[in-house]
Amino acid sequence: MRSRLPVVLVLPAVVGLAFLLVPLAGLLIRAPWATLPAQLFSEEVGQALRLSLVCASLATVVCLVLGVPLAWLLARSDLPGRGLLRALVTVPLVLPPVVGGVALLLVLGRRGLIGEHLDQWFGISLPFTTAGVVLAEAFVAMPFLVISVEGALRAADPRYEEAAATLGASRWLTFRRVTLPSIMPGVVAGTVLCWARALGEFGATITFAGNFPGRTTTMPLAVYLALESDPDAAIVLSIVLLFVSVAVLAGLRDRWISA
Amino acid sequence: MRKVLAVAALLLAGCASPAPTGGTGISGQVTVFAAASLTESFRELGAEFEAANPAAMVTFNFAGSSALAQQINQGAPADVFASAAPANMKQVTDTGAVTAAPVTFARNTLQIAVPKGNPGKVTGLADFAKADLKIALCAEQVPCGAAAKKVFEAAKITPAPDTLEQDVKAVLTKVSLGEVDAALVYRTDVHAAGDKVEGEDFAEASGAVNDYPVAPLAKAPNPAAAKAFVDYVRSAKGRKVLSEAGFAAP
Repeated sequence: MRSRLPVVLVLPAVVGLAFLLVPLAGLLIRAPWATLPAQLFSEEVGQALRLSLVCASLATVVCLVLGVPLAWLLARSDLPGRGLLRALVTVPLVLPPVVGGVALLLVLGRRGLIGEHLDQWFGISLPFTTAGVVLAEAFVAMPFLVISVEGALRAADPRYEEAAATLGASRWLTFRRVTLPSIMPGVVAGTVLCWARALGEFGATITFAGNFPGRTTTMPLAVYLALESDPDAAIVLSIVLLFVSVAVLAGLRDRWISA
Repeated sequence: MRKVLAVAALLLAGCASPAPTGGTGISGQVTVFAAASLTESFRELGAEFEAANPAAMVTFNFAGSSALAQQINQGAPADVFASAAPANMKQVTDTGAVTAAPVTFARNTLQIAVPKGNPGKVTGLADFAKADLKIALCAEQVPCGAAAKKVFEAAKITPAPDTLEQDVKAVLTKVSLGEVDAALVYRTDVHAAGDKVEGEDFAEASGAVNDYPVAPLAKAPNPAAAKAFVDYVRSAKGRKVLSEAGFAAP
């Protein structure tokens, strides 16, 4: 017979679940269901949703390309000051996103440390562009990926890598054929978190990339501005974003995590 | 332990009933919800009000007027609402949330804001139509954006903005960092930004003068102080602070 679930765990768990789900229920209950279809298929919503999905996905690719090697460096190398680096990597997590956006402007803006040269030498200006949205999202979302991949790397048994090395595999080959497959669940979980964070990103995006329909107005920005004049439209937009993200995350979960 | 409790009790008692030392009869906390563009001038007014009424303490919530109107209508515990636009005040009066009729206490006009040195060589409203200049405007949903729209329509100019910001302070940040060549903001915002931003007057601005209404709220936790604060804002001393910040008298 299964033993009874301990109340000390079940009670806070139920409260926790309610705490997370009740606000969502509030959104659904207050939704203007009658006008929802009309708003749903408006051009503005489609444009913002498309831009959100494209930018969040591109930002996730940027995070994967840069973040997985960074996690590997933090977990496997014997770099001096690794502990400090690890703490610094999480800075975007604690930084208010608006401050992150200002920081990006100071570095990559038209008068920024690097941005000034990009502008003068190559004529590239990142603020107010879709590329700027991708950068802002990647900046905020990358720590989620790095932390979960690094955690997986540290939990993985290094003896497999050592065995591969004794059989003559180079470190790059070992990374690709031994390390990466063994930490796949961590990479997938990190990717999902990273994508979700990028999709919901608001502060850094509006600060660094501004807001222009079709170019930089992602769903969270559209929600915020709709709230200024038409709260019903804001609720519809939120519900769309909610459903799309839950559908994508649930789909990914079935495909990757429980497999 | 007993000593700690005694001190705590004293502190609590102190919080609950501040001694009416000033003799003005106004005491306790007064919570003012004010438009973001009032930040600097209302902070100063608040300090002066506290000096005149030593038993009173003013706390501010500065945000976009529409966000504040929503918070008030959702039951936020505010004593006074000062809005940057009559439309947002109307959202509050429509639900019967004010005691006295709102009164206009200040006026604000738009000004062209350019970064120090005017790198884009912007001289008038017509420059906002140039595609090669970086332009920031407020989104139409917020008061400064609505005012800008009115001005451009009256001048028959189609602006080519690169970004439509969520509030006037965000626009100003972009100007002071030099990320845009020009923007339309309120005169008071240019004033508050210091020497990183230069303001240029333009003739068409008179077509979109913004009225700032203020009113004490029906559900004010401290109605006496609410009324006193509104009166203070409208007094000669209040006018002086507001005009120093760049506001025009109503």
